[in-house]
Amino acid sequence: MKAAHPDALPIAGGTDVMVEINFDRSRPDSVIDLASVAELDDWGPEDGYLRIGAGVTYTRIISELGDRLPGLAMASRTVGSPQIRNRGTVGGNLGSASPAGDAHPPLLASKAVVELASSAGIRRIPARDFYVGPKKNAMRKDELIAAFLIEPSNGPQQFSKVGTRNAMVIAVCSFALTLDAKRKRVGTGIGSAAPTPVTAGEAEAFMQGVLDEGGLWEKRGEIDPSALVRFGDLVAAAARPIDDVRGTAAYRRHALAVLARRTFAWAWDEYRRKSVA
Amino acid sequence: MGRDGAQPAPLRTHRMDVVRYWGEAVALVAADHPEHARRAAQAVRVEYEVLKPLSDPEEALSDDAPRLHPDGNITRRIKIRRGDQDPHADVVVKGEYEVGMQDQAPLGPESGLAIPDGEGGVDLYIATQWLHVDRDQLAECLGLPPEKVRLTMAGIGGAFGAREDLSMQAHACMLALRCGRPVKMAYSRSESFVGHVHRHPARMRYEHGATRDGKLMYVRARILLDGGAYASSSTAVISNACCFAVGPYECANAAIDGWVVYTNNPPCGAMRGFGSVQNCYAHEAQMDKLAEALGMDPVDVRIRNALETGSSLITGQVIDGPVPVAELLRRVKAMPQPAAAASAHLDLTQMPGGVSNTTHGEAVRRGVGYAVGFKNVGYSEGFNDYSTARVKLSVAGGRPRVEVHTAGAEVGQGLVTVQAQIAGTELGVHDVAVLNADTQVGSSGSSSASRQTYITGGAVKAACEAVRERVLALAVSELSGLGRADSDADESGWRLEHDAIVAADGSTVITLATLLGEEVIEETREFRPRRTARLDAETGQANAHMQFAFAAHRAVVDVDTELGLVKVVELATAQDVGKAINPQAVEGQLEGGAAQGLGLAVMEEIQVKDGVIRNPSFTDYLLPTTLDMPPVRMDILELGDPNAPYGLKGVGEPPTISSGPAIVSAIRSASGRPVNRVPVRPHDLLGV
Repeated sequence: MKAAHPDALPIAGGTDVMVEINFDRSRPDSVIDLASVAELDDWGPEDGYLRIGAGVTYTRIISELGDRLPGLAMASRTVGSPQIRNRGTVGGNLGSASPAGDAHPPLLASKAVVELASSAGIRRIPARDFYVGPKKNAMRKDELIAAFLIEPSNGPQQFSKVGTRNAMVIAVCSFALTLDAKRKRVGTGIGSAAPTPVTAGEAEAFMQGVLDEGGLWEKRGEIDPSALVRFGDLVAAAARPIDDVRGTAAYRRHALAVLARRTFAWAWDEYRRKSVA
Repeated sequence: MGRDGAQPAPLRTHRMDVVRYWGEAVALVAADHPEHARRAAQAVRVEYEVLKPLSDPEEALSDDAPRLHPDGNITRRIKIRRGDQDPHADVVVKGEYEVGMQDQAPLGPESGLAIPDGEGGVDLYIATQWLHVDRDQLAECLGLPPEKVRLTMAGIGGAFGAREDLSMQAHACMLALRCGRPVKMAYSRSESFVGHVHRHPARMRYEHGATRDGKLMYVRARILLDGGAYASSSTAVISNACCFAVGPYECANAAIDGWVVYTNNPPCGAMRGFGSVQNCYAHEAQMDKLAEALGMDPVDVRIRNALETGSSLITGQVIDGPVPVAELLRRVKAMPQPAAAASAHLDLTQMPGGVSNTTHGEAVRRGVGYAVGFKNVGYSEGFNDYSTARVKLSVAGGRPRVEVHTAGAEVGQGLVTVQAQIAGTELGVHDVAVLNADTQVGSSGSSSASRQTYITGGAVKAACEAVRERVLALAVSELSGLGRADSDADESGWRLEHDAIVAADGSTVITLATLLGEEVIEETREFRPRRTARLDAETGQANAHMQFAFAAHRAVVDVDTELGLVKVVELATAQDVGKAINPQAVEGQLEGGAAQGLGLAVMEEIQVKDGVIRNPSFTDYLLPTTLDMPPVRMDILELGDPNAPYGLKGVGEPPTISSGPAIVSAIRSASGRPVNRVPVRPHDLLGV
């Protein structure tokens, strides 16, 4: 159907599409209602990954997958209101590709893969290659988002988001962290502080270095506070924020450094405590 | 009309050769479907010669500024001069303060239904704050005599001042009269943000002088309000901002200079608190600064200078009735404080940043702040304040029934309930119907200035008293006509209760159903409060106000000092309401008003750049959620104003005045930052 109507706009929960239509910023000639595609609502294991249908709502991610995907679940809890979480989907977040989408940072931090389907077949793209510009993604016009693949957690995960209200708020900036204890890797994702969701590669490499050199994964040792500060600064440096109605570029950079520092401390603390338990 | 039959019908409301703000109506389109109307509106081409907008109110004051209206850019200038203009003080504190543009954000957007009557007139079903002034303005716009324009209240949807001005009323009527068909018009959310007036942004410069022991010697203040492109109620808002510039304190010497100016920004007008909200941020910050400079407790320095019964305001008016400023402050200070956040169990909902998981206690500091404010109830400066009520008593289905009819606009504050309570109490009748408000009865004035329970409540009371007098007179004549021996025995003690006339000993004299039979007793009364006078142009001296209402707040906040995020932990308030006619509604006003005050303090702002609103949506104009608004600890005093019906005071606005300044004071205390601007933004607390 998408091949026959490449300009048709897919709609699932409608929490983005309907806003655009109601604001008269979008007037699609046709829409494709994905609600009746039952396969999009399924999730299950696939080669050590979880393959999660694009139509699985945030509410279901929290209740059904919260133990295996804590980072994505934490981000899902900050999406809008309960009503929005009951309708909204990660697939929709990927389709809109807004730099402020809450699901993107944990997908990046956990190195998730987006599955696109078309009449020509299936294509899988790493999340980090999926976001190509502000509200632009790597999808072709004849494709639909079928699912995303993400590894169940191998260690602590965190998500933290700054908004100017204590609930139901669009991110001023956000940060996701994944500690992969199996591979001894650190994953990051930054939201709402660059034209697209981005990772902080230098920060990841720096922290992996610190952990490796000190043998801290094995020792479950303490992290030097100066390393946390450096990690925060590198995360902030990876952002390319702007001034807008939600906040200033300078504040976003500052806040990202704080969030990165705090979330790493929380995650590492959890990792160390797990050893005791 | 067919699929493509939308007929663009541009109509002139005013001279359309000048557009003064982004959002001003230039053409009207009606169609048989909203989508047709939208497409037709897109087909309208307007040629603008775009000039540089005058968006800085300070610039609007200068002689070089372009004149936006024929009389210049100053909508009103207020000067208040009292006492010694060159007084001595031991301690002087100065400050500059800024208040951003708040929106009333009523949940119901502007909407209405205009139905042409086929005889050149029109009926308009509308949510408004004042039916009669809408009608008079509409009659003038439409070139019709007032009796040809009839308005009926339709729905509520909130108001908070946003519905004091016409929005779509004239446009819907013009289209209905032109098309000869009913026309419904409803703003979208973003249109609503553009289509009603906002709270005036303010820039204020203050200087306070005091003796070493904390007695206020003088206050000098300069207050500049940005009125935007049109006047709306700017002239009255600047009057309030100046009259109450010092706050509820005695101050023998004062020099207050106020201006409200035209700019090309969105028009500003009435909003809950009406000029007293802006200045309270300034005078309360100044009192905190004074306390710090003197080494005094901030509550003590306020109590030291608190207005009392018999005090003179800076306008020379001697204030009568209960003036419990010191008492309110003592009460909020004495209330128990909430416990410090428990560290054992992490509850994100109690943290600054909330469920977004920004802190687990890191960098969180607690602060406590106090503020007290006051304002006028009812209209001021000689404005003819009155309300009209028609009360009808008859028998229906064998039972007495009272109908109350006023034009008082129910905007969610509970006026319908209050009218029914008053009529039920005064006439002792169970079955009371409050008819829907419309222009078929005399004006009630507006639902603003915290005045309706006082003024329209007063009118309903007066009309009920007139009905009761006739009922009792009828009873006397009927019963003596029947030769009842006790008919004139002790009629002075008769009262109306439980659908009957009851004697002083509680025995039923006669039921109203029996007494009245087919008889209908109807009375209409106008109620007028005390007269007021216009401020003197040179000195600002006058008895300009008829009643004053006071409230004090204490705020406890937690601030994440690294991220600049705020959690208001608790608000405590004490307010004198004179007499709580409906205690539950009073509590609702105290909580809702405090929430609106909190909104301005920490998040609500219409952001304007070069005259254009950048955030006309609930996505980016943030209102407090239940995680932002804390529980309110309330102490409601009923001290009874001898001048007012039942001793009551206006209730709706005081909660919005001092709640925000108390929060900002607490944020200052927690963060150690000066914070001279609201709403407080995260980066303001960090200096990044």
